[in-house]
Amino acid sequence: MSTVTLTPTQVPELYLEADNITPDHFAGKSAEEIAALNVYMGNATYKLGDYFDVEGEAAETAEETKIVVKGDVSRVKYIGMKMSAGEVIVESPADMYMGAWMLGGKMTVNGDVDAFAGLGMTGGELTINGNAGDYLGAAYRGDWRGMQGGTIRVSGDAGSDIGTFMRGGTIIVGGNVDVHVGTHQEGGTIIVKGDAKTRVGGQMVKGEIYVFGDIEVMMPGFQQREDVEIEVDGESGSFALFEGDMGERHPTRKGVTTFGKLYMKY
Amino acid sequence: MAEYLIKNGYVYDPILGINGDKHDVAIKDGKMVDASAVKNAKVIDANGMTVMAGGVDIHAHIAGPKLNIGRNFRPEDKLFNAKPGQGIKHMVAGHSVPTTFKFGYIYANMGYGFAMEAAMPPLYARHTHEEIRDTPIIDEAALPVFGNNWFVLEYLKNHEIENTAAYIAWILRATKGFGIKNVNPGGTEAWAWGMNCSSIHDNVPYFDITPAEIVTGLIEANEYLGLPHSMHVHGNQLGEPGNYKTTLETLALAKGYKPNSKFGRDQVLHQTHLQFHSYGGDSYSSKSFESKSKEVADYINKQDNITFDLGVVTLDDTTTMTADGPFEQHLSHMNHLKWANTDVELETAAGVVPFQYRKNTFIAVAQWAVGLELALYAKDPMKCFLTTDAPNAGPLWRYPRVIKWLMSEQARNEVLDDAKYGEKVRDRCYIGELDREISLYELAAMTRAGTAKALGLGNMFGSLRPGMEGDVVVYPYSPESENPEDIEYAFGNAKYFIKGGEMIINDGEIVSNGNKRTFWVDCKVNENAQVQHDIEEKFKRYYTVGLNNYDVNEKTFLPNPHRIEVDATQ
Amino acid sequence: MGKIVTDVVCPFCGTLCDDLEVKLSDDGKEILEVYNACAIGATKFLHSQASDRLLRPRMQQDDGTWKEVSYDEAVEYTARILADAKKPLMYGWSSTSCEAQEVGAGIGEMVGAVMDNTATVCHGPSLIALQDVGMPSCTLGEIKNRADRVLFWGCNPVHAHPRHMSRYSIFPRGFFTGKGSKSRKVIVVDPRCTDSSKMADVHLQIQQGHDYELLDALRVAFKGKELPDVVAGIPKEKIYEAAETLKSGRFSVIFFGMGVTHSLGKNHNIDEAIAVTRDLNDYTKAAIMPMRGHYNVTGSGQVWGWQFGFPFCLDLSRGFARYNPGETSSNDLLRRDEVDAVFVLGSDPGAHFPISSVKKIAKLPSVCIDPHITPTSAVCKLHVPVAFVGIEVGGCAYRMDNVPIETRKVIDPPEGVLTDEEFLSRVSDRVKELKGV
Repeated sequence: MSTVTLTPTQVPELYLEADNITPDHFAGKSAEEIAALNVYMGNATYKLGDYFDVEGEAAETAEETKIVVKGDVSRVKYIGMKMSAGEVIVESPADMYMGAWMLGGKMTVNGDVDAFAGLGMTGGELTINGNAGDYLGAAYRGDWRGMQGGTIRVSGDAGSDIGTFMRGGTIIVGGNVDVHVGTHQEGGTIIVKGDAKTRVGGQMVKGEIYVFGDIEVMMPGFQQREDVEIEVDGESGSFALFEGDMGERHPTRKGVTTFGKLYMKY
Repeated sequence: MAEYLIKNGYVYDPILGINGDKHDVAIKDGKMVDASAVKNAKVIDANGMTVMAGGVDIHAHIAGPKLNIGRNFRPEDKLFNAKPGQGIKHMVAGHSVPTTFKFGYIYANMGYGFAMEAAMPPLYARHTHEEIRDTPIIDEAALPVFGNNWFVLEYLKNHEIENTAAYIAWILRATKGFGIKNVNPGGTEAWAWGMNCSSIHDNVPYFDITPAEIVTGLIEANEYLGLPHSMHVHGNQLGEPGNYKTTLETLALAKGYKPNSKFGRDQVLHQTHLQFHSYGGDSYSSKSFESKSKEVADYINKQDNITFDLGVVTLDDTTTMTADGPFEQHLSHMNHLKWANTDVELETAAGVVPFQYRKNTFIAVAQWAVGLELALYAKDPMKCFLTTDAPNAGPLWRYPRVIKWLMSEQARNEVLDDAKYGEKVRDRCYIGELDREISLYELAAMTRAGTAKALGLGNMFGSLRPGMEGDVVVYPYSPESENPEDIEYAFGNAKYFIKGGEMIINDGEIVSNGNKRTFWVDCKVNENAQVQHDIEEKFKRYYTVGLNNYDVNEKTFLPNPHRIEVDATQ
Repeated sequence: MGKIVTDVVCPFCGTLCDDLEVKLSDDGKEILEVYNACAIGATKFLHSQASDRLLRPRMQQDDGTWKEVSYDEAVEYTARILADAKKPLMYGWSSTSCEAQEVGAGIGEMVGAVMDNTATVCHGPSLIALQDVGMPSCTLGEIKNRADRVLFWGCNPVHAHPRHMSRYSIFPRGFFTGKGSKSRKVIVVDPRCTDSSKMADVHLQIQQGHDYELLDALRVAFKGKELPDVVAGIPKEKIYEAAETLKSGRFSVIFFGMGVTHSLGKNHNIDEAIAVTRDLNDYTKAAIMPMRGHYNVTGSGQVWGWQFGFPFCLDLSRGFARYNPGETSSNDLLRRDEVDAVFVLGSDPGAHFPISSVKKIAKLPSVCIDPHITPTSAVCKLHVPVAFVGIEVGGCAYRMDNVPIETRKVIDPPEGVLTDEEFLSRVSDRVKELKGV
């Protein structure tokens, strides 16, 4: 793998939009060419080189390209947006839209991220070693197709609205989450290892949610079924299985109706 | 104003009978003139290219509250396709429901100079006109809907044609409308209670009238008034398997009626998006569904007082929006997608639901086939018009692709070969048997000469005859081309487009916003105390807007109005 | 005697009453009386001619005092801060005409602004829910003529939309509702006892913050499935009863307000209420409608919708339209210090935004276009008074059910006071010069 290292040289006055920081955009480019790529702040356009020192060079393909961002990017948005291959490592906290609309490849952030991380993800791996904000792995506004594939792993807590309209893929949150987990979920798997608050699985059609900790208030549309012994993300345990959301529609095939499944660990 | 002389192009004009000859085309003072009349013209060399009069679109959903529901409730329809402005162009956005600026540019790029907004709810007319005003370049008009209007239902129940006509004239003036649109007659009033009409002989709840009576009544009222356009109908049972029977029954209602119009149309009934109404079978499954395009086309081919537009499915992700409220709820149940609905007091309703016509399903490709078959079976292209019921069967900017399919059997076969159930479609529909290819001459009829005539605008648009509006388009298409992809490219990328004598597209670039007009029909009728009284009564008791606030103020909302006057006081 | 102007449209709230009558002095220069309006509407008209009304723009000095400036100077300052800013916020737009909104949109496009309106603290969540699940709705006349089950969820129309119940939702004798209020059953869902809940046949005194759960429970009840004993503080028997009431009507309608748009979950509450309405349409006819606040916030959403594609939180900074509340919303932008200039017209964020946002406005180059002296004008650098739309200048406005009505001019504005549209047009011309367009 060929590595490009970006070191922020100044904190932007407002916020930088860095949708060009992806292996796809860097592939085949020298450090100079990379530094000449655009970044945006409001209605102003700058060069990447105005805000970052660029070292190294990209590989010919995105797949062989690795990007390391070392420094304060707490006011930089959209890193890794739509990346399809390769690797991105962000060494400190970052802003919104980390790995948004990711198609493939691997992105890691060693720090907290703000909202909309992994928005509309269809593939790849997004790892947050820190806390995530709201709308983790959620659908873009109005899109009934949310996250469709790939894996998001957050070591710390996440905010509200995780996995809205989820269709596929996996979200794993190591800590606690805020309200609205898997709202309108129609596939995929959400695992919360800490506590959840309320509105878990609201309007869920299909898919699976696992909560290891407590749920403050259950949705009235969930009905308790049975207890099961299963392994979830490497941890074995007893889980109470609930099905729902009974207020919502559910697909029926050959006489069998499939509900959303909510597993609560004992 | 500049003068223009377009030379060396292949000209197609069914009104003048020019079929591909190299013919000089000249424009002066905003109008078509004889080539000898220009002295100081800017010369446009159209060598190797196709020249036609500006297009006339008879049915598209391009302005009004349904459009804006479609836009505002579909942010995802704009994700990643929003583009910055360029030169004189505003920024644009929207895949299936473009912004108003984008609509203007789409039409210009396709060489269209006039478009009819297919359905305007009278109470919301101001909104329709605001959007029309913000659509650059293209002349537009809008058809208010009448098929579920309380006044119309009550008058027609007692066959009071003169009263119906007086009310219609009043609405045309109040809403600055163009003609009579009739959507799901009776069914949308039934929908106000959650019901529908499943046949033209059903009784509309409370109003005790049938769709058949509404259709014939509106035909009679239309002819009583002598309007430029005929009654324009979206019949009952849209989209339902087996609905071709209802369609034939609806079309049969036109029998015996003769057009009364000084504006040149021959039809008394225009059936819109006929594709959605030509289905056989009793489900969408390939075991049952079948095309009835041949049966329907055969009937229409024998009539001399019916026109229709196609509503071709383009196999895209799109948005449906129609005044057929019950159908939209039904659609939403089928595809489980978001559904917006607005019932409009005393008048109509509308529903909006996103829809994906997937090429790897049987039914979408079968629907695609039906729409094209209707054109390929039509005997007279002056009566058969190209539309996609935009955006219902497909986005507006797909017209060039539809043109490609009509003109190229090879292009059609490519779709069928590429579709997972192509063979099944060949089996259940007629498309596999049809090798006809629409010619450029026929295309000109289907997209400008015929549509202009059917709208009663044949003295202004649809031909290059001296005296017509100076609307001319040069498509970068050579009739000698062997590659169907050239068709799709050319008809969506006009090389030159002159609208009302003003250069809009120069060498492929939009260089002017032109001077668009809003057309409406100002129909004079005898004073009618009964109707006047009924209007005052209903506004006082049932409407929630005052009578004096209902009228669309022309000064505010139509900055450049074009009134067509009709005198129905005989 | 004075003349009476009839069919006047009230420029206050989303009820957009258009039956007001305004009595003028003989010379047509003074408003003497307003008939048919509610107390709020009447006050708007009568107060418009208050003697201490601001008549000229003024700039805030460093020591906090105000100095009068000319409109030309005001245009110059406004055009400069907008043209110089990298990400200006142009907010408000809800108490003005569509004509003014359109000129403003043109400026926003030129300077690459974020345009936002009061939906951002009001019915924005309703718009988000509309985007997620749609909305079965209707015009207010359908309620008047057909509705026999009326549910007010999280709103208090007696106070916020005083004539709503008499013009549309409870008292009118419509075509199919000849018995007026006796034709209708009214349910109010509200944690508080309010003047609206006092009028209801049933008041469900819901546990605050659990509307989403109660709405889900209604959907479960519609399907005849089992419920827990209590949901959101409401015993299940009452939930089944309410479900039955709604299902058994011929036409049920849900009106809702801030009680659900801005309590926990926001758009999800509305989403679930819309789902309830959708489900009801399988049994009977049902509609749902947001009780829009400002008289033309709806219009702002319409204008931006057809010109750009989004109804609020509209980010034009990259030269093409983008939208994502949470990022492009006014309060998030201010909270995060993401904008560098603020322009406010036709609303009062100083009163309605969190104080932390208001403090940010106070620190930035800022303009407030408002006939009144408000908490917003108090923190802005420049305050420009304008004519009152619907009183001193006409213009189109959109009602809460999206019906457009053209407001009227009843009297002239004070001498030399510009309208929103006039001021914005001058700003637009100056911005064109500065940007070299």
